[in-house]
Amino acid sequence: MGMNPGDATPAAPPADVQTAPEPSGAQAITSVGRAGLGARLYQLLAQIPLLLWAAMVILPFLWMIMTALKTDREILTDPFGWPAAFQWENFERAWTTANIGTYFFNTLIVMAMSLTGTLLVSAMAAYVIARFDFPGNRALYLLFTAGLMFPIFLGLVPLYFLMDDLRLLNTYHGLAFVYIAYSLPFTIFFLAGFFKTLPGEVAEAGIMDGASQYQVFFQIMLPMAKPGLIAMGIFNFLGQWNQFLLPLVLMQNESRYVLSQGLNFLAVQQGYNNDYSALFAAMVIVMVPTLIVYIIFQRRLESGLTAGALKG
Amino acid sequence: MNHHKYRLIVPFLLPALLLYSVFVLYPYVQAFYLSLTSWTGVSANKPWVGLKNYTTLLTDGRFLEALGRNGQLLIVLPLGTILVALAFAAMFTQGGTGIMGAGFYRIVYFFPQVISAVIVGILFQYVYNPRYGLLNTTLEWMGLESLTRTWLGDPATILWAIAFVFIWGAVGFYMVIFIASMQSIPTSFYEAAVLDGATRWRQFRDITLPLMWETIRTALIYIAIQALDMFVLIQVMTGGGSTAASRNAEVVAVYMYVEAFTKNRWGSAAAVGVILLILTMLLSVVIMRVTRRETYEY
Repeated sequence: MGMNPGDATPAAPPADVQTAPEPSGAQAITSVGRAGLGARLYQLLAQIPLLLWAAMVILPFLWMIMTALKTDREILTDPFGWPAAFQWENFERAWTTANIGTYFFNTLIVMAMSLTGTLLVSAMAAYVIARFDFPGNRALYLLFTAGLMFPIFLGLVPLYFLMDDLRLLNTYHGLAFVYIAYSLPFTIFFLAGFFKTLPGEVAEAGIMDGASQYQVFFQIMLPMAKPGLIAMGIFNFLGQWNQFLLPLVLMQNESRYVLSQGLNFLAVQQGYNNDYSALFAAMVIVMVPTLIVYIIFQRRLESGLTAGALKG
Repeated sequence: MNHHKYRLIVPFLLPALLLYSVFVLYPYVQAFYLSLTSWTGVSANKPWVGLKNYTTLLTDGRFLEALGRNGQLLIVLPLGTILVALAFAAMFTQGGTGIMGAGFYRIVYFFPQVISAVIVGILFQYVYNPRYGLLNTTLEWMGLESLTRTWLGDPATILWAIAFVFIWGAVGFYMVIFIASMQSIPTSFYEAAVLDGATRWRQFRDITLPLMWETIRTALIYIAIQALDMFVLIQVMTGGGSTAASRNAEVVAVYMYVEAFTKNRWGSAAAVGVILLILTMLLSVVIMRVTRRETYEY
């Protein structure tokens, strides 16, 4: 829940993140030879708070999934019991009657544009800033990264009127433009650090062979930067998928709502309709894509997200 | 070759610069100007009122109350998050042979960080539900009926119930950062300390803590900035400000949203944005100053 485009999220060079576990103080103690009864007792006692916190994290989510599979009656009469029969039609109702299908579709359209746009635009700018010498280079880098410091709230009111003037309110491409713009500071900052670490010889060899600068970028440098692009792809996917404030202000037409905004709308509505099971099913639907991304890219995501803070 | 390179530099920079200037920089600059007008969004002209929006805000009890809540969060969120995250990180790195199930815990603890704050907010609205919620039911099950509350309906508990959700979601993220920072401390330091007979607590206090101070400072600033925001969680968990107790959880960002999109007082809302910016900057500087220590190179 911590990643939004434009958030003042992790700042500082992303270079050499530690992923491989290194020998820590822990091993040092055992190597000196103190791992005896005390260490075993510690092992056991440590499990208590650890299990407790794990339960605190997992149980609400399990409860959410279980509730999504119950009837509304069961939710009220037996909130923690197992459902008598799995109510898969809750998901159908969430998708159609509660419009999650529409919100899903809207989100996909916006993000197809914004995610590719963010990566392409940032990669081009970061590449030039990282690898070419020209007057104003440093100033540009600072200008972009300064965006990391400003709260999104500062520009919110003028942004709304600007979008109105440009006839971009309630449009897919309008929201995509804003997503890209607010994702630039961190993405450029991260990718510039990445391009700096790439070796220059391959590109030089390409130039010698008569490749144009464009060919060098698209055919040599971009493929080499793939790990960085993937890291930023995941980061921005999560940030833009979960974004709430910007669409809340810029997409006020219900038929254009995106997911987290639509979900909030639904939550307020269901309070009156008492159709909790559809609401919980909708929450599961919105959560599943992020869950899948998290499980597949867990390691890479962790190191990418925490990259900044490490060297802070 | 030299003039060739500008054929790449200019078109490569242009899209980023254009989008950034139009949708980020221009609104930021415009905010300062708007904050000096009494514009209500209807007329084309924006009447200039100087600093009046600011002086009005600073005498508005509702705004000051909201600011006060951010102040309270500013103490509770960093303290709660960092202490819990540090404790867990220490357990994973300083504990003998390594903790059983460490990989599992790490995946679980970090998980809330990738979930939409809207989902988390709605979910906890139901966790806190006085009759059917997970929290009160668990308390009753443990025989602690006296502790049950209408968490989000009680003016005394609403802000803290929401603050807890923030800490719940953030601990895993900062724990992972702290673990990485602890693991980069050379093992030789601990070996020497063990030879000198230092206890585990002394090792943590005299080696780990000072050597990861920079990371803790950074975490402190991030969380402090988030404490000045908190919009999404509060907006969602108070049903968009519709519940009776929601005024007791109104922070500056929520106040601004109401000012702008409910009351159409755009000049005043822009002024709140500027105040938030100034506070963010001021806070970062103050934290940097206050937490300055001798840095250790290793």
